Amino acid sequence: MTAISIQNLHKSFASNRAVNEVSLNINRGELFGLIGPDGAGKTSLMRLIASLLLPDSGSVHVFGFDTRRDYRSIRKQLGYMPGRFSLYPDLTVEENLHFWATVFGTTIDRHYHLIEQIYKPLEPFKKRKAGQLSGGMKQKLALSCALIHSPSLLLLDEPTTGVDAVSRMEFWDMLQGLKGKDMTLLVSTPYMDEADLCDRIALMQQGKILSAGNPHHLRTQFIGRLWEVKTPQIHPLKQRLNALFGCEVAHLFGQCLHWTCQADMSIDKVEQVLKQFHIPIDSLREIEPGIEDCFIQIARS
Amino acid sequence: MRTLFFLLQKEFIQIFRNRTMLPIIFLMPIVQLVILVYAATLEMKDIRFSVVDLDQTEQSRGVWQRFEASPFFHLNSFHSSEKRAMQDFYEGTADLLVIIPAGFEQSFYRNEPLSVQVLVNAINGLTAGLSSSYATQILLSVNQDLPLRLYAAQSSSQLKQIEITRRFWFNSSLNFKHYMVPGILVILVTVIGMFLSAINIVREKELGTMEQINVSPIGKVQFILGKLIPFIIIALFELALGLGIGKLLFDIPFRGSLWLLFSFAFLYLLLVIGFGLLLSTHSRTQQQVMFMSFFFLLVFILMSGIFTPVETMPDWARKVNYLNPFAYFMKVNRMILLKGSSIVDLWRDFLTIGLYAFLVLSLAVLTYRKRA
Repeated sequence: MTAISIQNLHKSFASNRAVNEVSLNINRGELFGLIGPDGAGKTSLMRLIASLLLPDSGSVHVFGFDTRRDYRSIRKQLGYMPGRFSLYPDLTVEENLHFWATVFGTTIDRHYHLIEQIYKPLEPFKKRKAGQLSGGMKQKLALSCALIHSPSLLLLDEPTTGVDAVSRMEFWDMLQGLKGKDMTLLVSTPYMDEADLCDRIALMQQGKILSAGNPHHLRTQFIGRLWEVKTPQIHPLKQRLNALFGCEVAHLFGQCLHWTCQADMSIDKVEQVLKQFHIPIDSLREIEPGIEDCFIQIARS
Repeated sequence: MRTLFFLLQKEFIQIFRNRTMLPIIFLMPIVQLVILVYAATLEMKDIRFSVVDLDQTEQSRGVWQRFEASPFFHLNSFHSSEKRAMQDFYEGTADLLVIIPAGFEQSFYRNEPLSVQVLVNAINGLTAGLSSSYATQILLSVNQDLPLRLYAAQSSSQLKQIEITRRFWFNSSLNFKHYMVPGILVILVTVIGMFLSAINIVREKELGTMEQINVSPIGKVQFILGKLIPFIIIALFELALGLGIGKLLFDIPFRGSLWLLFSFAFLYLLLVIGFGLLLSTHSRTQQQVMFMSFFFLLVFILMSGIFTPVETMPDWARKVNYLNPFAYFMKVNRMILLKGSSIVDLWRDFLTIGLYAFLVLSLAVLTYRKRA
């Protein structure tokens, strides 16, 4: 069953096309990832779905309700956590939670089971002002506040941006925990490595959706073999790859270089060519493409 | 209703937790009333004057000695010519010159018309007017008091005078403070109401909580009411506090009904806070909204008649004042407190401000968008 259905959606700010011809379906109960670099239009798309922005053309339906006309019905079932911390810094943890519960016409007790796991570590600090919490705790509070009215759809705009690696994994664990509770989750993130944690993803760039689907399925659509080399001469090699192998796609991945070639080459052949041109190799191997490799290949084609 | 209650609860928690704003809210009425009322007085004392006595007789001395004896005037210096005395004007050591021509005493005994020249520094028209009227009163008393003149006047019937007796109504002692306190109360209540409400919504925008509220099922009217009610309560409290201070320190009279005054203040606050909310919904940063409300406040205050009477303004300015909420409350506040006016005298102002408030609030609710 469809939770969100988007058809030919357009939204521009002045001359900037933030969302450009987007069509997308998100199923009920799914953990859906919206993945793309900064400025790809993720936040605008989220705000369009949250009925905070009106589309220029096209339509968004949330649980069958049009965001243009039936936004009131949508807002009762919606939890929205913006990218920026947006709670009252001068209210305490408890007061914030209480306030957002009453705003949605409910009480903390009624849906406490939903947030229990997330809110537990905050309990000892419930008399502390929200502005004085650490980054990770702020986020737990924000998620608790977005969940307290038991929304059917939870929109999380870049919840892990600027969060340390440990808290990031913790946060994704929390999201996985919510999945079973008949809740549709839409998460945007610029981190490609988070894609594998989603049921389905959409890759987004310059307002367009490049590709959408199961992350494993997306990876099988990768064209060509992918090589990874670790070398001290990473930049000179990157520039010469085209001359050496007729290489098409090369990008830096941490301290390694990833590239693909159309020509079918064995690992021995590759090693031979590199040695011939006096390029020292720390390691060389053929690898399975990650989402980032897929993204770059699709984005360049 | 329940949601509104919690909205209000949240606002009050935030207001009372704000360590910089809270003292200002409660100190402002005290500071404003005490300092401004004493400082911004129009009673003039110690106007410095210089004398050019070209007659140098007993009668001429009598004239300037009366000036000196008056509490309003303070003798600066003597000069032998008008030209020299003018120097005091330029240097700013005197604001009034009394020039007594030669032959003053002679004319006096001959019962001829007397002339004394008074020059007034009129850079500030208001103080010049006051100085010259004080001077005129003193010169008239010269006329009346001297027994010889009186004798002459009695003997020749042609010099019969009309004696003017005055009685000042509503502020019989011409206590300027009684006039100022109600005016300053208006400024106080308006500043509190308008600034606080204007900053408040913009702050929610800056925090990002506005978006969160926008995606919630809270209605526009509920939201605006949640912002309106706390500031009305605070501003009415300020008014009560201000009136209390006015009574204690300046003994201002409460001639009219306080219920009437507070009813009008309520309507007025709906208008002023609605205006603040209107500015607030159309600004993105606190800086913008502060600048805008400051602009409006300044124009409203200066046009309102707190320092210069509205009656002396040109016709167009008086018409502009029909739009100035300050002017209404300034007038009504003084009328109720000092004159004891009742609803019969004030129903027009009640109606105007009521309609005005309705208009501005509707505009604030209608233009507040929950989405872009």
